[in-house]
Amino acid sequence: MRHIVEDLVVRAEGLRKRFGKTQALDGVDLAMRRGTVLGVLGPNGAGKTTAVRVLATLLRPDEGSAFVAGVDVLKNPQEVRRRIGLTGQYASVDEDLTGVQNLVLIGRLLDLTGKQARLRADELLAWFELTEAGQRPAKTYSGGMRRRLDLAASLVGRPEVIFLDEPTTGLDPAKREDMWGVVRSQVARGASVLLTTQYLEEADALADEIVVVDHGRVIAHDTADGLKRRVGGQTLRVRPADPERLPDVLHVLDAVAAPGTTATKDAAAGSRPGAASVPVTSDAALGDVVPELRRIGVEVTELALHLPSLDEVFHTLTGSVKAEELV
Amino acid sequence: MTATALARHSGALAQRSLIKTLRTPEALIDVTIQPVIFLLLFTYLFGGAIADGDRHAYLQFLLPGMLAQSLAMGGVALGQNLNADIEKGVFDRFRSLPVSRSAPLVGAVLADVVRYLSVCVVMLGFGTIMGFRVETGFVPALAAVALSIGFGLCFCWISVWVGMLVRTSGAVQGIMFLLVLPLAFGSNVYVATETLPGWLQAFVQVNPITPLVGTIRGLLIGGPVAGHLAATLAWMAGLLVVFVPLALRAYARRA
Repeated sequence: MRHIVEDLVVRAEGLRKRFGKTQALDGVDLAMRRGTVLGVLGPNGAGKTTAVRVLATLLRPDEGSAFVAGVDVLKNPQEVRRRIGLTGQYASVDEDLTGVQNLVLIGRLLDLTGKQARLRADELLAWFELTEAGQRPAKTYSGGMRRRLDLAASLVGRPEVIFLDEPTTGLDPAKREDMWGVVRSQVARGASVLLTTQYLEEADALADEIVVVDHGRVIAHDTADGLKRRVGGQTLRVRPADPERLPDVLHVLDAVAAPGTTATKDAAAGSRPGAASVPVTSDAALGDVVPELRRIGVEVTELALHLPSLDEVFHTLTGSVKAEELV
Repeated sequence: MTATALARHSGALAQRSLIKTLRTPEALIDVTIQPVIFLLLFTYLFGGAIADGDRHAYLQFLLPGMLAQSLAMGGVALGQNLNADIEKGVFDRFRSLPVSRSAPLVGAVLADVVRYLSVCVVMLGFGTIMGFRVETGFVPALAAVALSIGFGLCFCWISVWVGMLVRTSGAVQGIMFLLVLPLAFGSNVYVATETLPGWLQAFVQVNPITPLVGTIRGLLIGGPVAGHLAATLAWMAGLLVVFVPLALRAYARRA
């Protein structure tokens, strides 16, 4: 899809940025299609925040070019600012101002009249279930409420492109789901969302495409399924209705095993015994296994092709990163 | 960005600063209670010794100077607040909006009018209770207040600049006091310049606080004004010409 340039709402090429001895961005290319969610996935210090700050006009790159909503970020930052909303990693609401005052201020800075700004503030507060808290200073808010207010502040101007820098870091799972709902509703309204995250689950749940960043470089750009496929390691799992037939199943699965592998009984912790798995190179294996099982008269209760989890993908791509550092 | 957009956005941001000030009145201590303490301290503790027993005469001499000194000190908090705003990420939001580049700084400076007005009202009000009397008239006194606020608005750009340069708001305070204390004390605020050693007189002569004190004294208790006023206005223009661009450039560079 990359050749359809006008369809790209974010396009960055060769972004480089150095802070002292740290090369935060080391030649980053990004492309996001209009109306989609692009997940930028990477560990702490990978360069995600720096990339977002460049795209949101807060930081000038040392090298490279970037266009947001068709506007050159370096040449015409004010025009870019009219089209974007930004929610940073740390909630940047004004703690001394109430929820209403925070949102009205943003509205006024976006050249709404006082009345329009007030209406928009009320609308957003209602939507984020902050109407009651709207008259209280933001410093009295809980962490989750602050995040919601921060997100609301980035939506005051109904931006075309929304940048969310780790919007759910530190939120509990229920609050995270709420945030995901907001992202989906913004996409439904026609906005495009670029979100950075350390959570593989989040990228998998929200993003149409995922960019994996590490040490200031993009090391992969694909759909979640595409990434999983690229790493390979698909597994075919079969559970016979009659556990006695497991040896027959193993025999059938061995015939489609990826080179150098064999079928095994499932012994992983947490998995119910009585099933067998085999690594396969393509999903064509499924088509070979089904008729063979029928021919020898084995009934199955489970027959599925499993793609590797994004965790596994990430580890394969970055090599050195440990799971504890990611979550 | 047009001038009207700058005015509109600065106005909205000045309103934000005012709301913050009203919500945390303790932040006004440095422009209300602190100058009063200085005034009491110098009038009753040192006044008798300095003015040979005539405390009232000393108060008449001291109060215009204390007013000028408090204006210079009153600007320190602005740089601290702006520094804290940037550290907290509040300014990132403003910078991601299509507002004029200088509006966040200009707005914050405009809101500081309230602080400088507080200094004037508190000093003149409490001074009156202590026995201070304006010897000129209402219009010159009003002119003294207007000039004081104007000077405060120019002088505080130094603090804004320092606020953009250093890492923490504590450092802003430290650096600004290193600058403001010599200016406040190495001046004609507390004693007549003629009583000082020659080298110190030289410093007092080039100190921007000196002509300001001279002007305010003239406007409140009488005496020559024109020369002091011209020097003060020149200093105000000079402060703006030098420190506004420096502050804006430091702000733009601060990531």
